[in-house]
Amino acid sequence: MLKIVAIMLCGMGVGFLLRKRKLAFVPVMVTVLIWLLLFFLGAEVGANPSIMHAIQNLGLEALLLSLAGVAGSIALAWALWRLASRKKKGGKP
Amino acid sequence: MKGSMIIVGFFVLGIVCGIYHWLPDTVMQADVSYYVLCALMFFVGVSVGCNTDTLKSFRKLNPLLTLLPLMTIVGTLAGCSIATLLLPHRSLTDCLAVGSGFGYYSLSSIFITQYRGPELGMVALLANIVREVITLLGAPLMVRWFGPLSPISVGGATTMDTTLPIITRNSGEQFVILSLFHGFLVDFSVPWLVTLFCSI
Repeated sequence: MLKIVAIMLCGMGVGFLLRKRKLAFVPVMVTVLIWLLLFFLGAEVGANPSIMHAIQNLGLEALLLSLAGVAGSIALAWALWRLASRKKKGGKP
Repeated sequence: MKGSMIIVGFFVLGIVCGIYHWLPDTVMQADVSYYVLCALMFFVGVSVGCNTDTLKSFRKLNPLLTLLPLMTIVGTLAGCSIATLLLPHRSLTDCLAVGSGFGYYSLSSIFITQYRGPELGMVALLANIVREVITLLGAPLMVRWFGPLSPISVGGATTMDTTLPIITRNSGEQFVILSLFHGFLVDFSVPWLVTLFCSI
């Protein structure tokens, strides 16, 4: 698992060294690789009958986790905004 | 939005190929996706590393508002911990790993599939797509009810690209740099946090 993060750090080093050049192909590569991986994920899901049977429950689970995460982040962002606007009354953020 | 539709399209195409077994078994068994993931992470790293202009503009931020990425991460993880109580068959770390996608559905679902299998990977994909859609559709209401920072926080890792236009339109132009800064940091935290929660 750490190998993947280490690979990303190597990429960051290479990107920093090449920052003067125009690396127009990099975003294209990222997009194509993401398409490919999501295709593989779909293939694994489709070939697994137990997941296909549970697809509705998994969707509800996803919705619940998503709403919970959204609610939590709204609560803290709201608190930070109130704190920031109290400190700087009428000031620019 | 168009980019997201294409990604979902590839996922659905994959499901169809999986159901009808159109792919040769050698592709499915040979960990091809692991090597593709390694290549992807390398290029993600390159695109972060060569983007020094964005980093420089972050110096103009209000110091208090730089805490927003932390609020997003802590708030999301707290929310997902509570949701675990309603999902008795999922462990806390499973729920936290799904939450740690912060809307970055492609990367987080790929990681979770790699570490925890395709079932949780699909939950991560759906949960994080829903998060992005909530940001895109709910931004005007969030600004009215919870202040201009709320859509940035809900947008999570997507606030430096896909949800940036919606945020600047609803929260205001003065939040562009904060939104970029927030997206950059949260984006960067995704692989670390997902790996962390999948390994404990």
